[in-house]
Amino acid sequence: MIDIKKKPGAELIVRMEKVNKFFGSLHVLQDIDLSVTHGEVVVIIGASGSGKSTLIRCINGLEEFQHGHIEVDGNQLLPNGKSSKSLQTIRTEVGMVFQQFNLFPHLSVRDNVTLAPIKVRGTSESDAIENADRLLEQVNIADQADKLPGQLSGGQQQRVALARALAMEPRLMLFDEPTSALDPEMIGEVLDAMRELAKAGMTMMIVTHEMGFAREVADRVIYIHKGQIVEQGKPEEVFDNPQNERTQSFLGRVLKH
Amino acid sequence: MDVTFQFDWHAAISSIPYLLTGIPYTLLISFGGLAIGFLIGILFGLLRISPVAWLRIPAIAYIEIFRGTPVLVQVLFIFYGLPQIIGGPVNALVAGIAAIAVNSGAYISEIVRGGVQSIERGQREASLSLGLSRTQSFRYVIWPQAFRRMIPSLGNQGIISIKDTSLFSVIGVGELVRQGQIYIATTFSALEVYLMVALMYLAITLSLSLALRLLERKGLVGQ
Ligand SMILES: Nc1ncnc2c1ncn2[C@@H]1O[C@H](COP(=O)(O)OP(=O)(O)OP(=O)(O)O)[C@@H](O)[C@H]1O
Ligand SMILES: [Mg+2]
Repeated sequence: MIDIKKKPGAELIVRMEKVNKFFGSLHVLQDIDLSVTHGEVVVIIGASGSGKSTLIRCINGLEEFQHGHIEVDGNQLLPNGKSSKSLQTIRTEVGMVFQQFNLFPHLSVRDNVTLAPIKVRGTSESDAIENADRLLEQVNIADQADKLPGQLSGGQQQRVALARALAMEPRLMLFDEPTSALDPEMIGEVLDAMRELAKAGMTMMIVTHEMGFAREVADRVIYIHKGQIVEQGKPEEVFDNPQNERTQSFLGRVLKH
Repeated sequence: MDVTFQFDWHAAISSIPYLLTGIPYTLLISFGGLAIGFLIGILFGLLRISPVAWLRIPAIAYIEIFRGTPVLVQVLFIFYGLPQIIGGPVNALVAGIAAIAVNSGAYISEIVRGGVQSIERGQREASLSLGLSRTQSFRYVIWPQAFRRMIPSLGNQGIISIKDTSLFSVIGVGELVRQGQIYIATTFSALEVYLMVALMYLAITLSLSLALRLLERKGLVGQ
Protein backbone atom coordinates (compact mmCIF):
# COMPACT_ATOMS: atom_id res chain seq x y z
CA MET A 1 0.00 0.00 0.00
CA ILE A 2 1.18 3.49 -0.81
CA ASP A 3 0.83 5.54 2.31
CA ILE A 4 -0.14 9.13 2.11
CA LYS A 5 0.93 11.61 4.71
CA LYS A 6 -2.13 13.64 5.50
CA LYS A 7 -1.65 17.00 7.07
CA PRO A 8 -4.60 18.38 8.94
CA GLY A 9 -5.87 21.40 7.11
CA ALA A 10 -8.60 22.89 5.06
CA GLU A 11 -11.13 20.44 3.78
CA LEU A 12 -10.72 21.92 0.32
CA ILE A 13 -7.39 21.37 -1.37
CA VAL A 14 -8.21 23.11 -4.66
CA ARG A 15 -10.50 26.07 -5.11
CA MET A 16 -10.80 27.65 -8.54
CA GLU A 17 -12.99 30.72 -8.80
CA LYS A 18 -14.07 32.31 -12.05
CA VAL A 19 -10.85 31.24 -13.75
CA ASN A 20 -10.52 32.53 -17.29
CA LYS A 21 -7.70 31.83 -19.66
CA PHE A 22 -6.99 32.99 -23.18
CA PHE A 23 -4.48 31.85 -25.76
CA GLY A 24 -4.46 35.06 -27.77
CA SER A 25 -8.09 35.50 -28.73
CA LEU A 26 -8.98 31.89 -27.94
CA HIS A 27 -10.98 31.74 -24.71
CA VAL A 28 -9.67 28.37 -23.48
CA LEU A 29 -11.09 28.41 -19.96
CA GLN A 30 -14.34 30.24 -19.25
CA ASP A 31 -15.40 31.06 -15.70
CA ILE A 32 -14.16 27.80 -14.25
CA ASP A 33 -15.45 27.27 -10.72
CA LEU A 34 -14.12 24.06 -9.28
CA SER A 35 -13.38 22.84 -5.79
CA VAL A 36 -11.73 19.58 -4.83
CA THR A 37 -11.76 18.16 -1.33
CA HIS A 38 -9.08 16.08 0.34
CA GLY A 39 -9.08 12.48 -0.75
CA GLU A 40 -11.37 13.10 -3.68
CA VAL A 41 -10.72 11.55 -7.09
CA VAL A 42 -11.91 13.84 -9.85
CA VAL A 43 -11.87 12.70 -13.45
CA ILE A 44 -12.06 15.30 -16.19
CA ILE A 45 -13.38 14.25 -19.56
CA GLY A 46 -14.08 16.15 -22.75
CA ALA A 47 -13.30 16.33 -26.44
CA SER A 48 -9.85 17.11 -27.79
CA GLY A 49 -9.10 20.80 -27.46
CA SER A 50 -11.78 21.41 -24.85
CA GLY A 51 -9.23 22.70 -22.32
CA LYS A 52 -8.71 19.70 -20.03
CA SER A 53 -4.92 19.92 -20.03
CA THR A 54 -4.98 23.67 -19.67
CA LEU A 55 -7.30 23.38 -16.68
CA ILE A 56 -5.10 21.06 -14.65
CA ARG A 57 -1.90 22.80 -15.75
CA CYS A 58 -3.22 26.02 -14.24
CA ILE A 59 -3.34 24.31 -10.86
CA ASN A 60 0.43 23.87 -10.65
CA GLY A 61 1.22 27.06 -12.54
CA LEU A 62 2.47 25.48 -15.76
CA GLU A 63 -0.08 27.71 -17.44
CA GLU A 64 -0.93 31.23 -16.44
CA PHE A 65 -4.50 32.47 -16.43
CA GLN A 66 -5.83 35.98 -16.95
CA HIS A 67 -8.77 36.35 -14.62
CA GLY A 68 -10.00 34.69 -11.48
CA HIS A 69 -8.31 33.04 -8.59
CA ILE A 70 -6.92 29.64 -7.66
CA GLU A 71 -6.11 28.42 -4.17
CA VAL A 72 -4.13 25.23 -3.74
CA ASP A 73 -3.70 23.90 -0.22
CA GLY A 74 -3.90 27.41 1.19
CA ASN A 75 -1.51 28.94 -1.36
CA GLN A 76 -2.76 31.58 -3.75
CA LEU A 77 -2.26 31.57 -7.51
CA LEU A 78 -2.99 34.94 -9.04
CA PRO A 79 -3.70 35.95 -12.64
CA ASN A 80 -0.85 36.52 -15.10
CA GLY A 81 1.66 34.51 -13.10
CA LYS A 82 1.81 37.04 -10.26
CA SER A 83 2.31 34.43 -7.58
CA SER A 84 5.95 33.54 -7.97
CA LYS A 85 6.47 33.14 -4.22
CA SER A 86 3.84 30.53 -3.64
CA LEU A 87 4.38 28.84 -6.99
CA GLN A 88 7.31 26.68 -5.91
CA THR A 89 5.54 25.86 -2.63
CA ILE A 90 2.50 24.72 -4.56
CA ARG A 91 4.59 22.63 -6.91
CA THR A 92 6.31 20.78 -4.09
CA GLU A 93 2.85 19.83 -2.81
CA VAL A 94 1.32 18.94 -6.16
CA GLY A 95 2.63 16.04 -8.24
CA MET A 96 2.05 15.70 -11.94
CA VAL A 97 2.16 12.81 -14.38
CA PHE A 98 2.38 13.70 -18.05
CA GLN A 99 1.19 11.93 -21.17
CA GLN A 100 4.76 11.73 -22.49
CA PHE A 101 6.26 10.61 -19.12
CA ASN A 102 8.96 13.31 -19.32
CA LEU A 103 11.49 11.26 -17.39
CA PHE A 104 14.98 12.72 -17.26
CA PRO A 105 16.82 10.62 -19.86
CA HIS A 106 20.32 11.33 -18.55
CA LEU A 107 19.54 10.07 -15.04
CA SER A 108 19.00 6.52 -13.86
CA VAL A 109 15.51 5.51 -12.81
CA ARG A 110 16.52 5.82 -9.17
CA ASP A 111 18.11 9.24 -9.69
CA ASN A 112 14.94 10.41 -11.44
CA VAL A 113 13.08 9.63 -8.26
CA THR A 114 15.61 11.04 -5.78
CA LEU A 115 16.46 14.29 -7.59
CA ALA A 116 13.63 16.46 -6.29
CA PRO A 117 13.58 15.15 -2.69
CA ILE A 118 17.34 15.79 -2.40
CA LYS A 119 17.44 19.17 -4.15
CA VAL A 120 14.09 20.60 -3.09
CA ARG A 121 13.27 18.97 0.23
CA GLY A 122 16.88 18.64 1.35
CA THR A 123 16.38 14.95 2.10
CA SER A 124 19.63 13.11 2.75
CA GLU A 125 20.83 10.96 -0.11
CA SER A 126 20.50 7.73 1.84
CA ASP A 127 16.94 8.53 2.93
CA ALA A 128 16.01 9.57 -0.59
CA ILE A 129 17.38 6.35 -2.05
CA GLU A 130 15.61 4.25 0.56
CA ASN A 131 12.35 6.02 -0.16
CA ALA A 132 12.87 5.77 -3.93
CA ASP A 133 13.47 2.04 -3.76
CA ARG A 134 10.36 1.60 -1.65
CA LEU A 135 8.25 3.58 -4.15
CA LEU A 136 9.73 1.72 -7.11
CA GLU A 137 8.82 -1.49 -5.35
CA GLN A 138 5.25 -0.28 -4.93
CA VAL A 139 4.91 0.38 -8.66
CA ASN A 140 6.52 -3.00 -9.37
CA ILE A 141 9.65 -1.73 -10.96
CA ALA A 142 12.33 -2.12 -8.29
CA ASP A 143 14.47 -4.32 -10.55
CA GLN A 144 14.87 -1.49 -13.08
CA ALA A 145 16.23 1.10 -10.66
CA ASP A 146 19.73 1.27 -12.13
CA LYS A 147 18.62 1.46 -15.76
CA LEU A 148 18.17 4.58 -17.81
CA PRO A 149 14.60 5.56 -18.73
CA GLY A 150 15.27 4.92 -22.41
CA GLN A 151 15.82 1.24 -21.66
CA LEU A 152 12.30 0.84 -20.24
CA SER A 153 8.96 0.20 -21.90
CA GLY A 154 6.39 2.97 -21.96
CA GLY A 155 4.35 1.41 -19.19
CA GLN A 156 7.42 1.04 -17.02
CA GLN A 157 8.46 4.62 -17.72
CA GLN A 158 5.06 5.92 -16.72
CA ARG A 159 5.22 3.99 -13.46
CA VAL A 160 8.64 5.51 -12.79
CA ALA A 161 7.12 8.94 -13.47
CA LEU A 162 4.43 8.13 -10.91
CA ALA A 163 7.05 7.08 -8.34
CA ARG A 164 9.04 10.22 -9.08
CA ALA A 165 6.04 12.43 -8.37
CA LEU A 166 5.10 10.48 -5.23
CA ALA A 167 8.63 10.82 -3.84
CA MET A 168 7.83 14.45 -3.06
CA GLU A 169 4.92 13.24 -0.89
CA PRO A 170 2.43 15.42 -2.71
CA ARG A 171 -0.95 16.28 -1.28
CA LEU A 172 -2.53 16.31 -4.71
CA MET A 173 -1.70 14.42 -7.89
CA LEU A 174 -2.51 15.69 -11.37
CA PHE A 175 -2.64 13.28 -14.30
CA ASP A 176 -2.79 14.48 -17.90
CA GLU A 177 -3.79 11.52 -20.05
CA PRO A 178 -1.29 9.22 -18.37
CA THR A 179 -2.09 6.26 -20.61
CA SER A 180 -2.68 7.96 -23.97
CA ALA A 181 0.89 7.44 -25.20
CA LEU A 182 0.98 3.78 -24.20
CA ASP A 183 0.57 0.62 -26.23
CA PRO A 184 -2.74 -1.01 -25.29
CA GLU A 185 -1.12 -3.90 -23.43
CA MET A 186 0.65 -1.47 -21.07
CA ILE A 187 -2.34 0.66 -20.13
CA GLY A 188 -3.50 -1.80 -17.48
CA GLU A 189 -0.31 -1.73 -15.43
CA VAL A 190 -0.40 2.06 -15.18
CA LEU A 191 -4.09 2.16 -14.34
CA ASP A 192 -3.48 -0.49 -11.65
CA ALA A 193 -0.86 1.71 -10.00
CA MET A 194 -3.25 4.67 -10.12
CA ARG A 195 -6.09 2.58 -8.73
CA GLU A 196 -3.84 1.61 -5.83
CA LEU A 197 -3.06 5.25 -5.21
CA ALA A 198 -6.72 6.20 -5.23
CA LYS A 199 -7.48 3.41 -2.75
CA ALA A 200 -4.74 4.74 -0.48
CA GLY A 201 -6.65 8.01 -0.27
CA MET A 202 -4.63 10.28 -2.55
CA THR A 203 -6.41 13.34 -3.86
CA MET A 204 -6.29 13.03 -7.63
CA MET A 205 -7.35 15.03 -10.66
CA ILE A 206 -7.20 12.88 -13.74
CA VAL A 207 -7.68 13.78 -17.38
CA THR A 208 -8.32 10.55 -19.23
CA HIS A 209 -10.15 8.91 -22.08
CA GLU A 210 -10.33 5.62 -20.16
CA MET A 211 -14.05 5.74 -19.37
CA GLY A 212 -14.15 2.35 -17.68
CA PHE A 213 -11.40 3.41 -15.31
CA ALA A 214 -13.12 6.75 -14.72
CA ARG A 215 -16.36 5.08 -13.77
CA GLU A 216 -14.55 2.79 -11.38
CA VAL A 217 -12.24 5.17 -9.47
CA ALA A 218 -13.85 8.58 -9.78
CA ASP A 219 -15.74 10.17 -6.94
CA ARG A 220 -16.76 12.86 -9.40
CA VAL A 221 -16.69 13.16 -13.16
CA ILE A 222 -16.45 16.55 -14.80
CA TYR A 223 -17.35 17.05 -18.42
CA ILE A 224 -15.78 20.07 -20.04
CA HIS A 225 -16.81 21.49 -23.38
CA LYS A 226 -15.09 24.41 -25.13
CA GLY A 227 -13.52 25.63 -21.90
CA GLN A 228 -16.64 25.37 -19.77
CA ILE A 229 -17.71 22.84 -17.17
CA VAL A 230 -21.08 21.84 -18.56
CA GLU A 231 -21.81 18.88 -16.33
CA GLN A 232 -20.43 17.15 -13.25
CA GLY A 233 -21.51 14.52 -10.80
CA LYS A 234 -20.98 10.98 -9.59
CA PRO A 235 -19.74 8.70 -12.36
CA GLU A 236 -23.00 6.77 -12.55
CA GLU A 237 -24.97 10.01 -12.86
CA VAL A 238 -22.78 11.45 -15.60
CA PHE A 239 -22.21 8.25 -17.53
CA ASP A 240 -25.64 6.65 -17.21
CA ASN A 241 -27.87 9.65 -17.05
CA PRO A 242 -26.16 12.72 -18.52
CA GLN A 243 -28.35 15.81 -18.30
CA ASN A 244 -26.63 18.10 -20.78
CA GLU A 245 -27.10 17.28 -24.42
CA ARG A 246 -23.44 17.99 -25.18
CA THR A 247 -22.43 15.43 -22.58
CA GLN A 248 -24.91 13.01 -24.10
CA SER A 249 -23.51 13.37 -27.58
CA PHE A 250 -19.87 13.22 -26.34
CA LEU A 251 -20.52 10.05 -24.35
CA GLY A 252 -22.50 8.66 -27.24
CA ARG A 253 -19.40 9.05 -29.38
CA VAL A 254 -16.79 7.72 -26.96
CA LEU A 255 -18.74 4.94 -25.26
CA LYS A 256 -20.17 3.36 -28.38
CA HIS A 257 -17.30 2.64 -30.77
CA MET B 1 62.07 26.74 -67.73
CA ASP B 2 62.78 23.28 -66.54
CA VAL B 3 62.37 22.96 -62.82
CA THR B 4 63.28 19.74 -61.16
CA PHE B 5 62.41 19.66 -57.53
CA GLN B 6 63.70 17.38 -54.89
CA PHE B 7 61.82 17.10 -51.62
CA ASP B 8 64.45 17.70 -48.98
CA TRP B 9 63.69 15.28 -46.17
CA HIS B 10 66.63 16.49 -44.21
CA ALA B 11 65.33 20.07 -44.21
CA ALA B 12 61.89 18.86 -43.16
CA ILE B 13 63.16 16.78 -40.27
CA SER B 14 65.61 19.36 -39.03
CA SER B 15 62.90 22.04 -38.89
CA ILE B 16 60.90 20.04 -36.37
CA PRO B 17 62.67 21.07 -33.16
CA TYR B 18 62.35 24.72 -34.07
CA LEU B 19 58.71 24.41 -35.10
CA LEU B 20 57.89 22.61 -31.87
CA THR B 21 58.71 25.77 -29.95
CA GLY B 22 55.64 27.31 -31.60
CA ILE B 23 53.26 24.62 -30.39
CA PRO B 24 52.93 25.83 -26.77
CA TYR B 25 51.85 29.22 -28.09
CA THR B 26 49.41 27.72 -30.55
CA LEU B 27 47.94 25.56 -27.79
CA LEU B 28 47.86 28.35 -25.25
CA ILE B 29 46.11 30.77 -27.61
CA SER B 30 43.68 28.12 -28.85
CA PHE B 31 42.69 26.49 -25.61
CA GLY B 32 43.04 29.59 -23.45
CA GLY B 33 40.84 31.46 -25.91
CA LEU B 34 38.38 28.60 -26.23
CA ALA B 35 38.06 28.20 -22.46
CA ILE B 36 37.16 31.85 -22.09
CA GLY B 37 35.02 31.61 -25.22
CA PHE B 38 33.11 28.74 -23.65
CA LEU B 39 32.30 30.82 -20.57
CA ILE B 40 31.28 33.73 -22.80
CA GLY B 41 29.22 31.30 -24.86
CA ILE B 42 27.30 29.97 -21.88
CA LEU B 43 26.58 33.47 -20.61
CA PHE B 44 25.59 35.04 -23.93
CA GLY B 45 23.90 31.91 -25.21
CA LEU B 46 21.57 32.04 -22.21
CA LEU B 47 21.08 35.80 -22.40
CA ARG B 48 20.23 35.28 -26.07
CA ILE B 49 17.17 33.21 -25.09
CA SER B 50 16.15 35.39 -22.19
CA PRO B 51 12.56 36.64 -22.35
CA VAL B 52 13.88 39.97 -21.06
CA ALA B 53 14.62 42.21 -24.05
CA TRP B 54 17.33 44.31 -22.42
CA LEU B 55 19.28 41.14 -21.69
CA ARG B 56 18.61 39.56 -25.06
CA ILE B 57 19.41 42.50 -27.30
CA PRO B 58 23.03 43.06 -26.12
CA ALA B 59 23.63 39.34 -26.54
CA ILE B 60 22.32 39.41 -30.09
CA ALA B 61 24.49 42.45 -30.84
CA TYR B 62 27.61 40.76 -29.46
CA ILE B 63 26.98 37.55 -31.39
CA GLU B 64 26.29 39.30 -34.68
CA ILE B 65 29.29 41.62 -34.41
CA PHE B 66 31.87 38.96 -33.58
CA ARG B 67 30.49 36.35 -35.95
CA GLY B 68 30.18 38.87 -38.73
CA THR B 69 33.73 40.23 -38.69
CA PRO B 70 36.95 38.32 -39.52
CA VAL B 71 39.01 37.04 -36.62
CA LEU B 72 42.07 38.57 -38.30
CA VAL B 73 40.50 42.02 -38.13
CA GLN B 74 39.53 41.35 -34.52
CA VAL B 75 43.07 40.51 -33.49
CA LEU B 76 44.51 43.48 -35.40
CA PHE B 77 41.97 45.70 -33.69
CA ILE B 78 42.90 44.36 -30.26
CA PHE B 79 46.66 44.46 -30.87
CA TYR B 80 47.03 47.72 -32.79
CA GLY B 81 43.75 49.54 -32.19
CA LEU B 82 43.04 48.95 -28.54
CA PRO B 83 46.36 50.46 -27.32
CA GLN B 84 45.20 53.80 -28.71
CA ILE B 85 42.14 53.63 -26.50
CA ILE B 86 43.72 52.26 -23.33
CA GLY B 87 46.95 54.23 -23.77
CA GLY B 88 49.32 51.32 -23.42
CA PRO B 89 50.51 48.32 -25.41
CA VAL B 90 48.66 45.01 -25.52
CA ASN B 91 50.74 41.88 -25.20
CA ALA B 92 50.59 39.85 -28.43
CA LEU B 93 49.80 36.60 -26.63
CA VAL B 94 47.00 38.27 -24.68
CA ALA B 95 45.67 39.81 -27.88
CA GLY B 96 45.63 36.38 -29.53
CA ILE B 97 43.83 34.74 -26.63
CA ALA B 98 41.35 37.60 -26.44
CA ALA B 99 40.59 37.41 -30.16
CA ILE B 100 39.93 33.66 -30.03
CA ALA B 101 37.85 34.18 -26.88
CA VAL B 102 35.51 36.81 -28.30
CA ASN B 103 35.31 35.15 -31.70
CA SER B 104 34.69 31.59 -30.53
CA GLY B 105 32.46 33.01 -27.76
CA ALA B 106 30.08 34.37 -30.39
CA TYR B 107 29.82 31.03 -32.16
CA ILE B 108 29.61 29.06 -28.92
CA SER B 109 26.74 31.33 -27.77
CA GLU B 110 24.77 30.10 -30.74
CA ILE B 111 25.77 26.49 -30.03
CA VAL B 112 24.61 26.88 -26.42
CA ARG B 113 21.34 28.47 -27.51
CA GLY B 114 20.68 25.67 -29.99
CA GLY B 115 21.55 23.00 -27.43
CA VAL B 116 19.33 24.42 -24.73
CA GLN B 117 16.43 25.05 -27.10
CA SER B 118 16.65 21.50 -28.42
CA ILE B 119 15.62 20.05 -25.05
CA GLU B 120 11.93 19.14 -25.09
CA ARG B 121 9.60 21.48 -23.21
CA GLY B 122 8.38 18.55 -21.12
CA GLN B 123 11.76 18.27 -19.39
CA ARG B 124 11.43 21.74 -17.97
CA GLU B 125 7.77 21.22 -17.11
CA ALA B 126 8.46 17.94 -15.34
CA SER B 127 11.30 19.40 -13.29
CA LEU B 128 9.35 22.52 -12.35
CA SER B 129 6.32 20.44 -11.45
CA LEU B 130 8.51 18.55 -8.96
CA GLY B 131 9.23 21.83 -7.21
CA LEU B 132 12.68 22.48 -8.61
CA SER B 133 13.50 26.16 -9.00
CA ARG B 134 14.24 27.45 -12.49
CA THR B 135 17.95 27.45 -11.68
CA GLN B 136 17.84 23.88 -10.38
CA SER B 137 15.83 22.78 -13.38
CA PHE B 138 18.47 24.23 -15.65
CA ARG B 139 21.43 22.90 -13.72
CA TYR B 140 20.30 19.34 -13.08
CA VAL B 141 17.94 18.62 -15.96
CA ILE B 142 18.32 20.92 -18.96
CA TRP B 143 22.06 21.67 -19.04
CA PRO B 144 23.43 18.12 -18.74
CA GLN B 145 21.28 17.03 -21.67
CA ALA B 146 21.95 20.16 -23.71
CA PHE B 147 25.70 19.89 -23.14
CA ARG B 148 25.79 16.38 -24.54
CA ARG B 149 24.05 17.51 -27.67
CA MET B 150 26.50 20.41 -28.00
CA ILE B 151 29.67 18.31 -27.98
CA PRO B 152 29.96 17.75 -31.76
CA SER B 153 29.44 21.44 -32.53
CA LEU B 154 31.84 22.48 -29.78
CA GLY B 155 34.42 20.15 -31.32
CA ASN B 156 33.93 21.80 -34.69
CA GLN B 157 34.37 25.21 -33.18
CA GLY B 158 37.50 24.06 -31.36
CA ILE B 159 39.07 22.91 -34.61
CA ILE B 160 38.14 26.13 -36.39
CA SER B 161 39.63 28.24 -33.60
CA ILE B 162 42.85 26.23 -33.49
CA LYS B 163 43.31 26.88 -37.20
CA ASP B 164 42.39 30.55 -36.77
CA THR B 165 45.41 31.02 -34.50
CA SER B 166 47.61 30.54 -37.59
CA LEU B 167 46.56 34.04 -38.65
CA PHE B 168 48.12 35.53 -35.56
CA SER B 169 51.64 35.37 -36.96
CA VAL B 170 50.79 38.89 -38.18
CA ILE B 171 51.01 40.27 -34.68
CA GLY B 172 54.28 38.48 -34.03
CA VAL B 173 53.23 35.80 -31.53
CA GLY B 174 55.66 32.91 -31.84
CA GLU B 175 53.03 30.34 -32.74
CA LEU B 176 53.46 27.57 -35.31
CA VAL B 177 53.15 29.57 -38.52
CA ARG B 178 55.30 32.37 -37.21
CA GLN B 179 58.05 29.93 -36.20
CA GLY B 180 57.80 28.34 -39.64
CA GLN B 181 58.22 31.70 -41.35
CA ILE B 182 61.26 32.52 -39.25
CA TYR B 183 62.81 29.19 -40.04
CA ILE B 184 62.14 29.52 -43.76
CA ALA B 185 63.72 32.98 -43.79
CA THR B 186 67.09 31.39 -43.09
CA THR B 187 66.77 28.02 -44.84
CA PHE B 188 64.48 28.81 -47.82
CA SER B 189 62.86 25.39 -47.50
CA ALA B 190 59.25 26.61 -47.71
CA LEU B 191 57.67 23.44 -49.02
CA GLU B 192 59.17 21.16 -46.41
CA VAL B 193 58.59 23.51 -43.50
CA TYR B 194 54.99 24.38 -44.36
CA LEU B 195 54.28 20.70 -44.81
CA MET B 196 55.60 20.09 -41.31
CA VAL B 197 53.55 23.01 -40.01
CA ALA B 198 50.44 21.57 -41.64
CA LEU B 199 51.10 18.14 -40.13
CA MET B 200 51.45 19.66 -36.69
CA TYR B 201 48.07 21.40 -37.00
CA LEU B 202 46.63 18.13 -38.13
CA ALA B 203 48.10 16.33 -35.12
CA ILE B 204 46.49 18.86 -32.77
CA THR B 205 43.09 18.88 -34.44
CA LEU B 206 42.96 15.10 -34.79
CA SER B 207 43.80 14.70 -31.09
CA LEU B 208 40.94 17.03 -30.25
CA SER B 209 38.53 15.12 -32.51
CA LEU B 210 39.55 11.87 -30.92
CA ALA B 211 39.19 13.22 -27.38
CA LEU B 212 35.73 14.54 -28.19
CA ARG B 213 34.68 11.29 -29.78
CA LEU B 214 35.60 9.51 -26.56
CA LEU B 215 33.72 12.10 -24.52
CA GLU B 216 30.70 11.74 -26.76
CA ARG B 217 30.73 7.98 -26.50
CA LYS B 218 30.87 8.27 -22.74
CA GLY B 219 28.01 10.75 -22.93
CA LEU B 220 25.92 8.49 -25.12
CA VAL B 221 25.93 5.79 -22.47
CA GLY B 222 24.06 8.30 -20.37
CA GLN B 223 21.35 8.95 -22.95
N1 LIG C 1 0.42 27.05 -26.00
C1 LIG C 1 -0.73 27.22 -26.68
N2 LIG C 1 -0.89 28.25 -27.52
C2 LIG C 1 -2.02 28.46 -28.19
N3 LIG C 1 -3.10 27.66 -28.09
C3 LIG C 1 -3.03 26.60 -27.28
C4 LIG C 1 -1.83 26.31 -26.54
N4 LIG C 1 -2.04 25.19 -25.82
C5 LIG C 1 -3.29 24.80 -26.10
N5 LIG C 1 -3.88 25.64 -26.97
C6 LIG C 1 -5.27 25.54 -27.45
O1 LIG C 1 -6.13 25.60 -26.35
C7 LIG C 1 -7.20 24.70 -26.50
C8 LIG C 1 -7.28 23.78 -25.30
O2 LIG C 1 -6.11 22.99 -25.29
P1 LIG C 1 -5.91 21.80 -24.27
O3 LIG C 1 -4.57 21.23 -24.55
O4 LIG C 1 -6.16 22.28 -22.89
O5 LIG C 1 -7.03 20.80 -24.70
P2 LIG C 1 -7.30 19.32 -24.20
O6 LIG C 1 -8.70 19.27 -23.75
O7 LIG C 1 -6.25 18.91 -23.23
O8 LIG C 1 -7.16 18.50 -25.54
P3 LIG C 1 -6.52 17.04 -25.81
O9 LIG C 1 -7.57 16.02 -25.46
O10 LIG C 1 -6.25 17.06 -27.27
O11 LIG C 1 -5.28 16.93 -24.98
C9 LIG C 1 -6.98 24.00 -27.81
O12 LIG C 1 -7.77 24.63 -28.79
C10 LIG C 1 -5.54 24.20 -28.11
O13 LIG C 1 -5.31 24.24 -29.49
MG1 LIG D 1 -4.64 17.56 -23.32
